Amino acid sequence: MCGIVGLFLKNPGLYPKLGFHLAAMLGVMSDRGPDSAGFAVYGSSQADHVKLTLRAASAVEIREAVADLGKAGAGDLDSVFHDTHAVVSVPLAREQEVRLLIARDSRVTLAGVGARMELFKEVGLPEQVAKRFELSGMSGTHGIGHTRMATESAVTTRGAHPFSTGKDQCLVHNGSLSNHCGVRRFLSREGLTFETDNDSEVAAGFLTWRMQQGASLEQALTDSLADLDGFFTFVVGTESGFAVLRDPISCKPAVMAETDDYVAFGSEYRALAVLPNAGRARVFEPEPARVYAWELR
Amino acid sequence: MRSVDLEESSVRELNGELHRLTPETNETRWVIEHPHGKHAIACGLDAPVTVEVKGHVGYYCAGMNKHATIVIDGNAGVGVAENMISGEVRVKGDASQAAGATGVGGLLVIEGNASARCGISMKGIDIVVKGSIGPMSAFMAQAGTLVVFGDAGEALGDSIYEARLFVRGSVASLGADCIEKPLSDEDKVILLGVLERAGLSAGSDGGPDGFRLYGSARKLYHFHIDNVDAY
Repeated sequence: MCGIVGLFLKNPGLYPKLGFHLAAMLGVMSDRGPDSAGFAVYGSSQADHVKLTLRAASAVEIREAVADLGKAGAGDLDSVFHDTHAVVSVPLAREQEVRLLIARDSRVTLAGVGARMELFKEVGLPEQVAKRFELSGMSGTHGIGHTRMATESAVTTRGAHPFSTGKDQCLVHNGSLSNHCGVRRFLSREGLTFETDNDSEVAAGFLTWRMQQGASLEQALTDSLADLDGFFTFVVGTESGFAVLRDPISCKPAVMAETDDYVAFGSEYRALAVLPNAGRARVFEPEPARVYAWELR
Repeated sequence: MRSVDLEESSVRELNGELHRLTPETNETRWVIEHPHGKHAIACGLDAPVTVEVKGHVGYYCAGMNKHATIVIDGNAGVGVAENMISGEVRVKGDASQAAGATGVGGLLVIEGNASARCGISMKGIDIVVKGSIGPMSAFMAQAGTLVVFGDAGEALGDSIYEARLFVRGSVASLGADCIEKPLSDEDKVILLGVLERAGLSAGSDGGPDGFRLYGSARKLYHFHIDNVDAY
């Protein structure tokens, strides 16, 4: 089944509350996906730096691993720890060097990379996952989240959403793709790498590939209608963008609410009802095969 | 009047109370506050009462309705008024997918738009939509009437049996075995009868003649000897 949520803030006054609202939406969607949960938040950026979100098996192990990365030559890393994850800020000039060190450490997985994106996922009840990562305290401009009821692959942290296949790019998916093996083979030949055998990661990879070729997020999503087969509702984030797309048969539920302050997406209206002034929002159902996209001004 | 606040009671408690009502009940008017998109509100009613829901509802609101009148003062989620036997359900906002699915009787009025698969497998229910309807509406519709003041999406009436589909706006495309049919006097009487029950008029654009009628070409559901090789 799965539940997905997304929140794009138009009113900067709400930025400090992004995580608080996203956590509430994610909690409501626990019913749709109690296996695991994940979310990406687009927070602050630092000039000439990149944020690497790292993941390990436990809160102790991630701390040990980050300390060891420092000793191995990464130096004193500017790190913020959230349970099993750490967000490490690295000067752009040293990004490749630090990423090589990370790749050599079998304890650590690189969950996401971006100027602004931080990405967290874990197995467990979504409400508890949000609490473990202290989502409620996070600020930012937009974020997306997912509650998973696994159908295509195993219940593991790696199989949880969001999937990120490019800098500041991530995707959550409700549905299942039927041609993901073929598309994965094609994208692998194009030079993309995949961490899992999950169908949703292929969708993320497809968008990354199209955007690498110069397509806008909106164009990349439009192209996915021709090349991805199956059931899907996608919610996608980029450094400055937020977009929604449903398959042409609209198999999977989707509802949106828009006010002067925000645009919000939920698998069900219940997830939107927790937002401020939801009762007065313009509530609408995204049409099948139509790309909805917003950009930060 | 009974008022139930869903911030204080559960949907299960509410539905339990509504199910205990008898045909002779004096508690004939109910108001439900703060629905917050919860699912299965006012399902399975079997008494001539009026339930007004103040806000947006989730999935399957007013499902399996018999005798009751349910008014939703907001939008409705997937499957509003599905499997209705009798009574009336009115949505003042928009309805999500599969509104009025499989209903065998009663009246569903949607004052806004309905999305995909409105009236899927309808079996005698009458549905009136003041706005437009989404793709694949009236799929395998067997009996009843679907009246649409706005437009219809792709594949209207795919694999339709004997339901009547009246549409005043445009139709993006017709599904398999669904064709436009001449609007007979009998059809107009049926259309006006449904609109009268819904408290609406046929509008100024030519009255009932402003609507076009779609129904079954009857080529799909009868066995045709020319197709024998296909089996």
